[in-house]
Amino acid sequence: MSKGNKVVFFHPNQKSGKGLFLAQEGISAGFPSPADDFKELRISIDREVVKNETATFYARVSGESMQGAGLDDGDLLVIDRSLEPEDKKIAVCFIDGEFTVKRLKVEKDCVYLMPENKKYEPIKVTEDNELIIWGVVTYVVKKV
Amino acid sequence: MFGLIDCNNFYASCERVFQPQYEDKAIVILSNNDGCVIARSNEAKALGIPMGAPAFKFRREFKKYNIKVFSSNYPLYGDMSHRVMKILENYTPNVEIYSIDEAFLKFEGFEYFDLRETGLKIRKKVRQWTGIPVSIGIAPSKALAKIANKIAKKFADKTNGIYFIDSDEKRLKALKWTAISDVWGVGIRHGKKLKSLGVNSALDFVNLPDSWVKKNLSILGLRLKRDLQGTPTIQLEETAPAKKSIATTRSFKSTLTTFSDLEERITTYTLLGAEKLRKQRSCASAIYIFVRSNPFQKEAEQYRNGCTVTLPYATDSSLILNQYALKGLKNIFKSDIEYKKAGILLLGLTPSTSRQMSLFEKNNPKHSVLMETLDKIHRRFGPHRMKLASQDLKQTWKMRRDHLSNRFTTEIDEVIKVK
Repeated sequence: MSKGNKVVFFHPNQKSGKGLFLAQEGISAGFPSPADDFKELRISIDREVVKNETATFYARVSGESMQGAGLDDGDLLVIDRSLEPEDKKIAVCFIDGEFTVKRLKVEKDCVYLMPENKKYEPIKVTEDNELIIWGVVTYVVKKV
Repeated sequence: MFGLIDCNNFYASCERVFQPQYEDKAIVILSNNDGCVIARSNEAKALGIPMGAPAFKFRREFKKYNIKVFSSNYPLYGDMSHRVMKILENYTPNVEIYSIDEAFLKFEGFEYFDLRETGLKIRKKVRQWTGIPVSIGIAPSKALAKIANKIAKKFADKTNGIYFIDSDEKRLKALKWTAISDVWGVGIRHGKKLKSLGVNSALDFVNLPDSWVKKNLSILGLRLKRDLQGTPTIQLEETAPAKKSIATTRSFKSTLTTFSDLEERITTYTLLGAEKLRKQRSCASAIYIFVRSNPFQKEAEQYRNGCTVTLPYATDSSLILNQYALKGLKNIFKSDIEYKKAGILLLGLTPSTSRQMSLFEKNNPKHSVLMETLDKIHRRFGPHRMKLASQDLKQTWKMRRDHLSNRFTTEIDEVIKVK
């Protein structure tokens, strides 16, 4: 640099691009919404399937116990926790340390978790079991 | 009337929703990089695990007492918080999201409603829809609602998680019960000072003469006194920052519709929040961004959304915070909406001094000098009008998260498995 009273300007390097975003830690949103001006005109599966987004959760089926109801291994379940669990509804339950999906059978003073596959036995819920009816299944999403 | 809704042991409760086997079990949640304990279930509290306990020092205790350890999972906590807040907004449009797990509700025109009944309904609905247990305090002012909430939580088996200060008798009893250092906004320093003067309870404080309070604790102290006397003086949104998180939210004067307008607002709020953050010498681990339309504009399309972005490491840099805030905004922005309100929440605050440095983490030391300068400029020239240009963020550093649970609600490959 010369000795004179030169002023040196430093410019930021603007060639390095516009903020490349590393989403390695993930972004979480209430629900993804396509940033599309015409969104309202298109059919949205999300809108059809999710009636109450605040109370909607998802689960993955593991196993064949509900094959008869069309719930196959690997299917995605849509769960609406705002719905009241009732007799004959398919629900995700937590029983004895495990999540399970079964059809509810509510009797006078007893609840059964009914599989829809002959290879599986109904589960009679007694006082010894710890049962949480986690949420009611409203849709099943499967790949064909 | 004001309500304060507070999620019980929020992070621990979020983990329990998707892993109910830890219901009634001791759990702790660690800060970013698995540094120290930032949240505990009641059971872990009872075992004497202190807040802020360094994980490496307590490894033996965790094992001995069979305490389940979690890394912090901000995508999950942020989404669950968003769900809870959305439910609250169904009850009154006047909701102030105070922190990730707390919100003030203002009940205006609810004279003919039984607010205790409303509170019970809110509590039941939040629990059923999201699985999160909450405590509710209802009172004529914010400061009293805070106290009512504490009572609801402390005596949960008697109160059913909800306490309503609806008479002067109850108010005086509550004030007598509340230690001065537990009063909202008093803090440890003022608490000690007041105690040395014989002011031990909130009731003692209320009995101090106005002139003394104003002289020693400024106009803020006087407003607090009015609030505790049952005259609502502290309004929604104009409060001191919470300890656990920093919120900057505002309603706009007129509605905004374009992305660039919102970008400008979010940037301003983020810079404001970042400055508060540095003032209290903290770093944030995640940032929550939200936008919403005007609920009173009935004919216009209604939209509200929010999202949480986890930062690659805890930071107090305006530049980095803003970069991630704007990415979050992009994620939730929807066109053709008349937006009335937006805000940011800085989450997972850790003290700057204990911030974990990394070999590959170049940004922080560099930025800290810049941030100091930025803050100086702001102090000198006032308004936070500085806008940041987009920056390149070449982050390759990954934080340590050995006990991370799934992102059950934000990643389709990580949802619960059912047999």
